[in-house]
Amino acid sequence: MEKMSRVTTALSSNAISGRTMFCHLDAPANAISVCRDATQVVVAGRNIFKIYALEEEQFVEKLNLRVGRKPSLNFSCADVMWHQMEENLLATAATNGAVVTWNLGKPSRNKQDQLFTEHKRTVNKVCFHPTEVYMLLSGSQDGFMKCFDLRKKESVSTFSGQSESVRDVQFSMKDYFTFAASFENGNVQLWDIRRPDRYERMFTAHTGPVFCCDWHPDDRGWLATGGRDKMVKVWDMTTNRAKEIYCVQTIASVARVKWRPERKFHLATCSMMVDHNIYVWDIRRPFIPFATFEEHKDVTTGIVWRHQHDPHFLLSGSKDSTLYQHMFKDATRPVDKANPEGLCFGLFGDLAFAAKESLISSDANRKPYPGGDRRYPIFFFKKPDQTEQFAHVSSALSVFETDLDSNRMDWFVKTAQLYLLSGKPFAELCDHNAKVARELKRPQVSTTWTMLRIMFSDPANLTTPGPNHNLSKLGTLPLMNSFSMKEMGSGMGTESRLERSKGESRQDNIHLEPGNMHISNNNEENEETEGSEGQAEYMFGDAELDDDDLYSMEHDNQTEEQEYTLPQEAFQLRHEIMDNPSAPEHLQQDKADSPHVSGNEAEVTCLTPIESFSLISISQPLFSPHLPASFFCPIVREMLSYYAEQGDVQMAVSVLIVLGDRIRKEIDDLTQEHWYMSYIDLLQRFELWNVSNEVIKLSTCSAITCLNQASTTLHINCSNCKRPMSNKGWICDRCHQCASVCAVCHHVVKGLFVWCQGCSHGGHLEHIMNWLKSSTHCPAGCGHLCEYT
Amino acid sequence: MEVQDQESLGRWDGLGSRDISSRTEAMDNIHQEVMRKVEAIGPIPASAPSPLASGSAPNIDLNDILAHLLMLSKRCPFEDVRERCARLLQSVQDLGVRIPRPLGNGPSRFIPEKEILQVSKVDARTQAIIEDAFAALGRLDNISLVMGFHPQYLESFLRTQHYLLQMDGPLSLHYRHYIGIMAAARHQCSYLVNLHVNDFLQVGGDPKWLNGLDEAPQKLQQLGELNKILAHRPWLLTKEHIERLLKAEEHSWSLAELIHAVVLLTHYHSLASFTFGCGITPEIHCDGGHTFRPPSLSQYCVCDIANGNGHANHHDDLLGNQEVCGEVEVLMERMKQLQECRDDEEASQEEMATRFEREKTESMLVVTAEDEECVPSRDISRHFEDPSYGYKDFSRRGEHVPTFRVQDYSWEDHGFSLVNRLYPDVGQMLDEKFQMAYNLTYNTMATHKDVDTSMLRRAIWNYIHCMFGIRYDDYDYGEINQLLDRSFKIYIKTMVCSPEKTTKRMYESFWRQFQHSEKVHVNLLLMEARMQAELLYALRAITRYMT
Repeated sequence: MEKMSRVTTALSSNAISGRTMFCHLDAPANAISVCRDATQVVVAGRNIFKIYALEEEQFVEKLNLRVGRKPSLNFSCADVMWHQMEENLLATAATNGAVVTWNLGKPSRNKQDQLFTEHKRTVNKVCFHPTEVYMLLSGSQDGFMKCFDLRKKESVSTFSGQSESVRDVQFSMKDYFTFAASFENGNVQLWDIRRPDRYERMFTAHTGPVFCCDWHPDDRGWLATGGRDKMVKVWDMTTNRAKEIYCVQTIASVARVKWRPERKFHLATCSMMVDHNIYVWDIRRPFIPFATFEEHKDVTTGIVWRHQHDPHFLLSGSKDSTLYQHMFKDATRPVDKANPEGLCFGLFGDLAFAAKESLISSDANRKPYPGGDRRYPIFFFKKPDQTEQFAHVSSALSVFETDLDSNRMDWFVKTAQLYLLSGKPFAELCDHNAKVARELKRPQVSTTWTMLRIMFSDPANLTTPGPNHNLSKLGTLPLMNSFSMKEMGSGMGTESRLERSKGESRQDNIHLEPGNMHISNNNEENEETEGSEGQAEYMFGDAELDDDDLYSMEHDNQTEEQEYTLPQEAFQLRHEIMDNPSAPEHLQQDKADSPHVSGNEAEVTCLTPIESFSLISISQPLFSPHLPASFFCPIVREMLSYYAEQGDVQMAVSVLIVLGDRIRKEIDDLTQEHWYMSYIDLLQRFELWNVSNEVIKLSTCSAITCLNQASTTLHINCSNCKRPMSNKGWICDRCHQCASVCAVCHHVVKGLFVWCQGCSHGGHLEHIMNWLKSSTHCPAGCGHLCEYT
Repeated sequence: MEVQDQESLGRWDGLGSRDISSRTEAMDNIHQEVMRKVEAIGPIPASAPSPLASGSAPNIDLNDILAHLLMLSKRCPFEDVRERCARLLQSVQDLGVRIPRPLGNGPSRFIPEKEILQVSKVDARTQAIIEDAFAALGRLDNISLVMGFHPQYLESFLRTQHYLLQMDGPLSLHYRHYIGIMAAARHQCSYLVNLHVNDFLQVGGDPKWLNGLDEAPQKLQQLGELNKILAHRPWLLTKEHIERLLKAEEHSWSLAELIHAVVLLTHYHSLASFTFGCGITPEIHCDGGHTFRPPSLSQYCVCDIANGNGHANHHDDLLGNQEVCGEVEVLMERMKQLQECRDDEEASQEEMATRFEREKTESMLVVTAEDEECVPSRDISRHFEDPSYGYKDFSRRGEHVPTFRVQDYSWEDHGFSLVNRLYPDVGQMLDEKFQMAYNLTYNTMATHKDVDTSMLRRAIWNYIHCMFGIRYDDYDYGEINQLLDRSFKIYIKTMVCSPEKTTKRMYESFWRQFQHSEKVHVNLLLMEARMQAELLYALRAITRYMT
């Protein structure tokens, strides 16, 4: 017998009772096991079967169990186990299907004791009962588990796992009769050793083979399993259904798993392929290994804790033909190398930042952001655990919430609802919108509105003498502007009437433009028109603004506006002037459009009261012969682009609409269309259907206005004969009855018709509304309990 | 016929749709186009005996289309397309144009057409499978039809193949087909080569590459060595081979690409085995699958006669039945014996080892004896097979190769993990396919029911692995001798090691009482076992390289 294999000195030297050390084996190892007193280790593999003594400084080969000139396959071990009670007793699982026991107390060279050849296929695992001396369990590729009594010549019971190969068997540490078996098809079965006919319970633990399992040494309910799916799972078996309580994702298939002694939450794993390291995990922290041993050059095939009550020594055998003793203190701690800082943006612009507490506190005297962000420091401390060697980790998580007013989208919705885009004189619109913006704490926007008003309507503010030279030509311009406003007002009246009948279908037509989604600001909204669209919401009265508000305008300080007003002087105006004359043509076109539209819709009449819609007549046309509004156009154009660039399409579009012809020519159609589309899209995302429709209506781009022209037909069936109402009018062709009769007043409904989806009765909007205020039953008397929502 | 113009590529696409209206539309287009081409050829005097016999350019193009139509009329899973194609062909013929007719009798030379899956009569499940296949490839190849004996397997096979060839993967599409061509060409499998030449060109491959491996990119040329070794002597593969491929500077392969290539190579090597093993005939629309000649006096074409297809077939069966009456029973008896008294004989370990060695050497002798009998049919070898790659005879005399132990490197534990790591999902698919092939059983043997065939399947599987030098520690190779008779061994050996030498006689001479579906089943086993064996060697080499 060989006396000693090569022994090398290794990494550390000042260990108390051992150190990290290794020795070369002659052949790759498949499995290792230690004896109870932790002084010897057995290494088994295809071509090796040896016992080494664990000495202070080195491994010393004690015994070679592989004897005979031509060793048989019985020596080719897939697994080995040293009995934990009887120190002379070992068992091996042979690749040819044999289960062999070895008695070290035998005087002869050949220590083979018993040979069981009952399995037809490779035996993957053998396991001694932890407290019973003569009980041995084996699990084989042929799908059977066999329990042997070592005093008898053959197995005492056979457990059939139903055809799939058994990869691991483990006796429970605490329950005398229980063992767990893991299978190639992903299942884990629990058996009672006394009942070979049927498993006690079965559950699917992994996808693909479960290569290993291990009972927790202290906690009787915990079973750890490792599979080809690269996961380690810890199951609580005390409940009725096995419950997965922890899961660790590794980077390669898990070949072995072993709980660490004396550490409730630690387990060691090694992989079957590709990855050569041994990891020790704290299962509560599944994302980073607690410790890593990186010594092996090929896959680790066997790991075992040297002593069942000492967590500091780990032994491992590998395909690289080495046997290692790893000292825990020499392990690599990946957590030390990990980057503990994390940064993430939330969906609504919130920013979360986690860092080591020390870092945060050193920065604590730094001022927080001036923008009024709020910080919530959250501290995580690990509970101090005396058995815990993990570096104390405490990190601070800071969440920076963005300013409510500037980064939440509330302001967007509010602005959209409150802005006035049409229906009032230009100056009033501007003032109103400025006020809205100011109330929403958006001073810059507010000031912009005020400035716009001043630029385009207030002669007092225009002091530049330059344009006066062209006075004769320019004089007409303001006229046109005010004229156009008037027209817009009345034009809108007709259009909004039409709008009501189209309401149902309008949201379908909008193309979503993904461009400017994220942030945008701005908006406008005419309460009056919303009222006229009452079909969708029955509350148009509420949202109306006090007219008083419009007139009580405050002038803000205009500090921020300087950046816009200053460059004015530098600009030439001539070409602006050239552009302007074409404005009326546009107007003509618009006017021509409206009747055309209503022509299309002729068959759908609408009865909703238009009274709520106040047709604006301009009180005082704003004449200012000295004021060439177009002078500001380049600045305004830039300003709009600026807002759009900032993501505030709302502002860009609102201004565009309010200014109307004053600016429209300045901006190319594509850009306008793009802004409109973006804004409409945003409005629809916020379900501001009314506002979006308003914008569509007010837009001057043909591509936008036509959004409302598509699919505006509503097909209805006769309420009597259920046939489609093919022709115009209110009498059904076939049954010559009036369709759509109001259930309350029994007249034909020729406008807004509301009906119950439950019983399909209905009638005039107001009638039904009033009826249902006092009664819950259908007015038609059908007994249905109609509901308004 | 390989070069198709762009316009013609999209022509057939609509036919794979499950939507009947889009199929109809596609058929309408084809109809118009065919008619246009027919008219372009000009009016044909009724008396003249077809002026179209030899080819002006439009003529050839038309012939291709007609051949494709012929294929569709027989093989399309959609009844409406089949009918319309047949009608269109008829109307073309009525115009005086010569139309093709299929050569041969069905998808296989070995198996009578009437036994093979008929596209028109299949159950719903199979119908769904072949519709999927048709939609993916625009054809239903003969291989699929023959595999149709075992629809479960067919599904798994087609899914894997589809994933390998068409889904996400590290290699570009034309590379994949070219690798398929390379692999099939190693075994001179003209059927697969033809099929993939078409596909290769369709996905935009450079026709120049088809002139030979020399014209292909350097990167693919380097794969030639691996191809050769894998096909004939996979046990010689070492990590140096892998290293050479991975470390070739600008022509080097990435690991993921290499795995993809290896899976493709092994897939097509084994598929070539299947093709020869089942005597798959050329596709109707490919070269040699159809003819424009009018039917001659004999109903059978030359190759059929040479292979004794036809009347003789039935005659043989009758004779065979009398001769080997009880063959099945003997086999079953042996299986039973083995099952019962395996503990009695309790062979020593040395004995077991020798048995493996004996089986190994004997498997070599099996073919050497056969070599003189069957002359390799070289006439079908393709033009672009690199002549410098001589056929390597399977032989291990004189060289010592250590036995590959499955217990040390198995597909389930090691191979799977490696493949899945580098080429996600494919590991899973291959795993399913292997298991499907290995576990497939109907518990029947010939006319007997309720037979546990696991022992027989395992013997076949392990015998093939044995020929590749792969040993199962837990298997008694004595069983093989009991269960597999000599003619069967000859067939297995030929099919696995030099499939191009398989003859109809071999196919017929083993297991004479068994049904064709069972023989196809055997072929599936052989194919998968071979693929796994090659894969194991290749993956082991890659693993060694990586560690």
